[in-house]
Amino acid sequence: MKNVQKQKRANKSLPFFFRDEFKVCLVIILISIALLITTFTFDIVPPILNRGIQPATFPKALLVLIIVITLLIYYLATKNPWKVEKKLPKSFYLTLLSFLIFLVISKTLDFFLAISVLSIFVSYCWGEKRIFYLLLVGIIFPMIVFIFFETILGLRFPPGIITNIYYS
Amino acid sequence: MDNLLLMMAPLFSSKLLLVLFFGTLFGLILGVLPGLGPTTGGALILPFTMTLDPLSAIVLLTSIYCAGTYGGAITAVLINTPGTPAAAATCLDGYPLAQKGEAGRALGMATVSSTVGGIFSVIILVFFAPILAQLAYEFGQPEYFALAIFGLTMLASIGEGSPIKNLIAGAFGILISTVGKDFMTSIDRFTFGINELTEGIGFIPVVVGLFAISEMLTQSTLINQVFNRIALKAIKLPSKDDYKKTWKTILRSSGIGSFIGVLPAEGGTVASLIGYSEAKRFSKKPEEFGKGSIEGIAGAEAANNAATGGAMVPTLALGIPGSATTAVILTGLIIHGVRPGPDLFREQPDFLYGIFGAMLIANVLFFIFGFFGAKIFARITLVPNKILWPMIFAVSVCGTYSLNQSIIDVWIMLFFGVLGFFMRRYGFSVVPVIIGLILGELVEGTLRQSLVIFDGNWLMFFTRPIALTFFILSLIALAFPLIRSKKFKK
Repeated sequence: MKNVQKQKRANKSLPFFFRDEFKVCLVIILISIALLITTFTFDIVPPILNRGIQPATFPKALLVLIIVITLLIYYLATKNPWKVEKKLPKSFYLTLLSFLIFLVISKTLDFFLAISVLSIFVSYCWGEKRIFYLLLVGIIFPMIVFIFFETILGLRFPPGIITNIYYS
Repeated sequence: MDNLLLMMAPLFSSKLLLVLFFGTLFGLILGVLPGLGPTTGGALILPFTMTLDPLSAIVLLTSIYCAGTYGGAITAVLINTPGTPAAAATCLDGYPLAQKGEAGRALGMATVSSTVGGIFSVIILVFFAPILAQLAYEFGQPEYFALAIFGLTMLASIGEGSPIKNLIAGAFGILISTVGKDFMTSIDRFTFGINELTEGIGFIPVVVGLFAISEMLTQSTLINQVFNRIALKAIKLPSKDDYKKTWKTILRSSGIGSFIGVLPAEGGTVASLIGYSEAKRFSKKPEEFGKGSIEGIAGAEAANNAATGGAMVPTLALGIPGSATTAVILTGLIIHGVRPGPDLFREQPDFLYGIFGAMLIANVLFFIFGFFGAKIFARITLVPNKILWPMIFAVSVCGTYSLNQSIIDVWIMLFFGVLGFFMRRYGFSVVPVIIGLILGELVEGTLRQSLVIFDGNWLMFFTRPIALTFFILSLIALAFPLIRSKKFKK
């Protein structure tokens, strides 16, 4: 409890634009405004066909509600600041990077290869250095999953350099 | 009598018994592993259920739900980390008791109280779900709209975390449900020219992202965390003295858990906290709580397992999920072409009572597995995260891809994984997003159809007594946290 109060005091000592509550609320409001603008581009149903409200009305109402509640959250946070969160470790950013690598490989090379690379990369970054276990998580296990989905569910994975060899 | 026979049906089907066996076993494993749980596990297994008939599929999901909720207690007692959020209150006394060398006694009490709570809640389910379904015959579009709003406000106010942040999360969930072609006019909304989005955002990529992938990111921040594991010699059934001390607590918590479960408020987690605090309030030795009180374990565990049956009541009777896991079960029902609601009770009683019976058997099965296998399940926690989570990622990706065979779904899953991580980091619960997403179509559909009925006059909502009652209850639900915080200040 004392720790939380200390973290809250630490947060209060920061300028408002560095505080988490400001940054989080700003992001929510900016995204909501962008989406709200998008709703004005939705097609409009001609009055003769329209029954009830326009398709854009409901999302508009929701987005306005989100913006209002976010402003309320920020107002409340000025009175009772959020606690400062600990800095994220390197392993978090590496895991995030692995997602990006996964996206690139799955899009350009191969879906199965992407899973393998991510698994080995994450396992290695989280501290696994033993080759057998890296192979287990990166090759053996994804292969079992792949074959299981392929045979039991009759799933066809997207084409790629490895899956093409398997299917041919 | 007929219904009782229908409930016994799973016992006479070798296929259903096999499904129950694997569901309970899988549920226990999921419950034991911190970060996983019945919601994530249910979402991951959902694609596999496509190979099963509807009853087997739902039996599999419900047995995972029951066993997974109990499984969290094993980790809570032995490593002071709740396997599932619903087991958080169990840590408070389970771990201190285990530290005193009585891990077997703590787990024995957790197993017995979980089983009693679970069975109690199934009885509640059998009696109350048909009554609620009968009442729902009176509901029209405006009443369903008001009910969905009530569900979301309840979730926001008594769910985990800040009520106001939960409201945003719920509204965001509903907003996600508006992506794709508008169901009344076929006009594209938020598709940004991406063809795959015209069908909307699927439930599975969002659930797997928000639960499994965001948890993987959370685990990436905890890789240096060291758990103090307590060795378990053998699980012990509670002594006569323990039963004497706890039977009232178990019954009280079973009642509390079942009631909380019925409300859409992330049943188990809230139920266990209330069950625990009520056990302390009524205890003759409240000073023992937090230091290894056997009543504390009984109070928390009976309540969280009782919430499972409770949460199934609105799910089956109204199609309104009572928790995140029942939202997954509801999706399972929809995928298999079963429409929950009053008609289900009239048209498919064999299906429904089969589920009730299966839940009853699942509660007995996890008692047996827990009693004889807790030592083995405890060893599962020894699997290091650096091995476990890359494997979970592989299953998550393939599972998400398999439903629509769409790579876009995998990207959506990753997006929601990152979003879920930051939501949790800044105190936004992800459960309202899931419930909002699943209720979104109901909320918008019933609102728009009601407005057609009312000729655009919003005030007509307040002329319908049932709808008005739900709106008043929603206001009370929203005011509840305010009243509670003022009471605490006093």
